[in-house]
Amino acid sequence: MRRVPWLLAIPAVVLMLGLRFVPAIFSGGYAFTDWNGLSLDANPVGFDNFVSIFTSEITRNAVFHTLLFALFLLVFANVFGLGLAMLLHRGLKSRNFLRAVFFLPFALSHLATGYVWQYIFSYTGAFNQFLGAVGLTSWQKTWLADPDWSFYTIVVVLVWQYTGVAMIIYLAGLEGISEELDDAVAVDGASWWLKFRRVTLPLLAPSVTIASTLTLIYGLGAFDQVIALTGGGPVGATETLATLVVKNTFTFGQFGYGSALALLLATIVAVLSITQTSILRWWENRQ
Amino acid sequence: MKNRYTWRTFSREFIALILAAITLIPLYLLLVVALKPSKDLFTSAAVPPIPPQWGNFATAWENAGEGGLGNAMLSSAIITLGSVAFLVVLGSLCSWVLARRPGRLSNSLYILFLLGIILPFQLSIIPLYVGLRALGLVGTYAGMILLWTGVMMPLAVFLYTGFVRQLPPDYEEAARMDGAGTFRVFLRVVFPLLRPITGTVAILTGLFIWNDFFASLIFLSGTDHQTLPVAIYSFVGEYVTQWNFVFAAVVIALVPIVAFFIVAQRQMIRGFAGGIRG
Repeated sequence: MRRVPWLLAIPAVVLMLGLRFVPAIFSGGYAFTDWNGLSLDANPVGFDNFVSIFTSEITRNAVFHTLLFALFLLVFANVFGLGLAMLLHRGLKSRNFLRAVFFLPFALSHLATGYVWQYIFSYTGAFNQFLGAVGLTSWQKTWLADPDWSFYTIVVVLVWQYTGVAMIIYLAGLEGISEELDDAVAVDGASWWLKFRRVTLPLLAPSVTIASTLTLIYGLGAFDQVIALTGGGPVGATETLATLVVKNTFTFGQFGYGSALALLLATIVAVLSITQTSILRWWENRQ
Repeated sequence: MKNRYTWRTFSREFIALILAAITLIPLYLLLVVALKPSKDLFTSAAVPPIPPQWGNFATAWENAGEGGLGNAMLSSAIITLGSVAFLVVLGSLCSWVLARRPGRLSNSLYILFLLGIILPFQLSIIPLYVGLRALGLVGTYAGMILLWTGVMMPLAVFLYTGFVRQLPPDYEEAARMDGAGTFRVFLRVVFPLLRPITGTVAILTGLFIWNDFFASLIFLSGTDHQTLPVAIYSFVGEYVTQWNFVFAAVVIALVPIVAFFIVAQRQMIRGFAGGIRG
């Protein structure tokens, strides 16, 4: 009996190493230099790039926004996603249609639909027109140019785009809960909340872990939405680490500094997603 | 108790339909504004224009991106289909080996692929740009296909390997007994059995590649191989608040995915749920 030859695995292994791991290692190296992306020599600068990141208010704020976007997205996408999943789960005639509608924003280009939201929140746009039409003219604002509000417009867009993904994961989880169990609890006369707390949620624990980790990672990487709505403004009020990586590296030619930002972002993603997954797995096992 | 359609089910359905309508408001506005004449842009966003300006689509089609939206759509299609083809072929072959040659080496490689999924993509983007630039591949189809094949390979191998491990090797062994060579066994026996997971791999990676803006902006802006998101981005840069033309371009850019979604939404959603649970 001949065995499957190793040769067949080589192309995929080489591509994975060459395009995933080698660049990651190089990035770690660039982060400690002042390389401008063009010159042949790059000077080692130690931790200077990281010192600049934390001493500049723009980048410190960008770290903060990155974390806040992720937090807001995590909470709202999961609460709404779970709510929608429970709403759609059993007996609805239009279940498949509804599921498709709620998932659609995720499937469409986030940059392209981001522009629709830019129009909605622009001063002459749909939202202010709506406020005017219902007599709330005093509430009208320059949503995107207002440092206090622009952040929340992007949160709205992120939640609109990612709630469907969380819903799909929770729906798949709910399908794994047997109808007999559901009915048995209902017959027992348990209140809705008690049933949710003691039966549904514990059985959904693995879905909670997946959906919340995924939305956390999406939130930390927020880029398309920011570019489409505010470009990072006004005065850096919506800047994230991802937008700063691109701007510093490819607009200002600071490859060393950009790599330091990318390394910081990657570290935040890795540390938070691993910590969150471990905590949720521990909670899963206690259920 | 079983699935009776009570008034409670009805009220759940009613609430869900209202929420669905709210979710669709931005897409409704997109269509309405795309059909507006330029002079009515800043009034009555929600009212369909009479008569609709179908000409906006022609303007957008000709002017968005380098060489029009047709060019961008072609670039998106070549890059997405090319990358998915390589991912399916190379990913399934690699997973076949990993699943059928258990041992230390294949285990370590599998763990490397897993780590490759977790490793944030943003970390690699700058060296990838430097490397592809050195090879003269920035702004080319070959460069983008190489990039995506490598970047998405961990996900493809992870999904395929999980699936192949569940497949009993009996069919392959029988084909071997009949004297079939390695490639014949793969092509005639293994690959057809992988069809469900091939669909999942193609949908997950294809959707990501088609919609990507982060890497596409860096590698393709200013070139004549712009994908749809990059073309829309540069079109917005030129036409700033000419929302009717911009939205006409956005509508055209979304048509392929919406069409695909209507045809294959069940497989897409199932593939998505199955893929991330795997």
